[in-house]
Amino acid sequence: MIHFENVGLRYGMGPEILRDLTFDIPRRSFQFLTGPSGAGKTTLLRLLFLSLQPTRGIIRSFDREVSSIPRDELPMLRRRIGIVFQDFRLLDHLTTYENVALPLRVRGKDESSYKADVLELLKWVGLGERINVLPPVLSGGEKQRAAIARALIDRPELLLADEPTGNVDPPMAQRLLSLFLELNRLGTAVVIATHDLSLMDQVEARRMILSQGRLDIYD
Amino acid sequence: MTEAPRETAQEAQGARRPEMKVRPTAPIVPPSNVSGNALMAVIAIMAFLACLTFGAVNMVRATASSWQSQISREITIQIKPDDAIDMEQALKDARDLALTFSGTRDGTIVDREATARLLEPWLGEGLNLDELPVPRLVIVTIDEQSPPDFTAMRKALSAKIPQAFLDDHRTWVDRLVAMARTTAFIGTGVLVLVFSAMVLTVVFATRGALSGNRHIVEVLHFVGAEAGFVASEFQKHFLKISLKGSIAGGALAALFFAVAGFWQGRSIATPQSDQATALFGSFSMGLTGYLGIAATIAVIALLTTLTARFTVMRTIHEIDQIRSDPSRTDQLPDT
Repeated sequence: MIHFENVGLRYGMGPEILRDLTFDIPRRSFQFLTGPSGAGKTTLLRLLFLSLQPTRGIIRSFDREVSSIPRDELPMLRRRIGIVFQDFRLLDHLTTYENVALPLRVRGKDESSYKADVLELLKWVGLGERINVLPPVLSGGEKQRAAIARALIDRPELLLADEPTGNVDPPMAQRLLSLFLELNRLGTAVVIATHDLSLMDQVEARRMILSQGRLDIYD
Repeated sequence: MTEAPRETAQEAQGARRPEMKVRPTAPIVPPSNVSGNALMAVIAIMAFLACLTFGAVNMVRATASSWQSQISREITIQIKPDDAIDMEQALKDARDLALTFSGTRDGTIVDREATARLLEPWLGEGLNLDELPVPRLVIVTIDEQSPPDFTAMRKALSAKIPQAFLDDHRTWVDRLVAMARTTAFIGTGVLVLVFSAMVLTVVFATRGALSGNRHIVEVLHFVGAEAGFVASEFQKHFLKISLKGSIAGGALAALFFAVAGFWQGRSIATPQSDQATALFGSFSMGLTGYLGIAATIAVIALLTTLTARFTVMRTIHEIDQIRSDPSRTDQLPDT
């Protein structure tokens, strides 16, 4: 589904943050992306999300070479990818329900066609009682769950999550992991960037370890 | 003992709890915030000033053209006193001769009393015209569209009455035409300046108001919204703001002219009103004025909407520029 070949990236004239990355993200796969802080995990997720282009190498995303995709086609490709940002990026003037429904709304779907699904997902992530609450009132963990629900709502083919359990307690982390696994079982490829060793120990999954810009993969 | 029943009661309450209602979906762009209200106020003020300037220029132009038309509608035949002529007969002859020319409409002899009144400010009351060599006048009204042949009239008059002198007011008309043109030119210049200031203010205020919403553009872009969708959401929002602001400003300007016109009507024949009327003309907007206000409102609405569209498109373009040029780390969250 995603193929990286000798990908390198540097910001300006600085050193290469990512070096010679060659790997695949197969369909329906589940992997953790880990490594020390500043290793470039977020940058790699951004490359996977098509919000950055590499300074060298080739990235193929959904059978298309990323460098040759016209700008106006990017939104269509991004709709196949769900992303959970580390800083959540929820819109403060929209309720939890409206934030989660946003990806469907921008696709021009009618509210009656998705309302039940959004409410069900919100219940699943433990926000069933917080549907009409605005993000500034939510706790860090609740914001995180809302951000995860927003990324999952349209059943993406690839889910990218940046520290998705960073602000939740262990039982909720377990529950969210179950949600990711369930989504994966239904056919979504999942990449979770995390520092949480206990989370990784709960699942037999591929581990991609970034260190000093290089990537080691343990299947 | 007391814990169990309480739990049961809570469960029963939970089971009976109705499904939570979702509030009506809010617009993607927040309907009102500080920058939006400030933009509306700026638009209202600029619309008011632009409409006021438009109305004032329109009024001054109409007044200048009416001065010009009033003075060029008449010519004067002046007959100098001479012992050799019968003045009253000469006045009649001059009038009759003038009226034989096509393009003339009416001729009036300024009688002795009227002439005395004309000279009263300089020579005082009780003037005996027989004691002074005062020229007498015939005022001839002419058709502005097809005026008579002044050269031929002048020739015929001097042939019949050598003491007659035809004044076609050309010198005054020329000066007034020049003055009216200058006034209209200055007015148009002021109008252009005010409109330019309005355009720039509206454009920059819209961009300022939009900069506070950049995070919304980014989120929409990243959840898969197409650029056109994002732009149309912001366009709708800014169209509403600009219409509210510009209609308020335009209506206020129209109200100003209505109140000024009412005041002028009520205080007619008072020195203040007469002076204001002489200088500025009548404080009425007329169809052109109202059309001008409507056009100003439309221009502001269009400007704001287009600026919002271009700014959103440029923001999205910038996000994609950062994508294709990793050296641009501005607006990117931590690595």
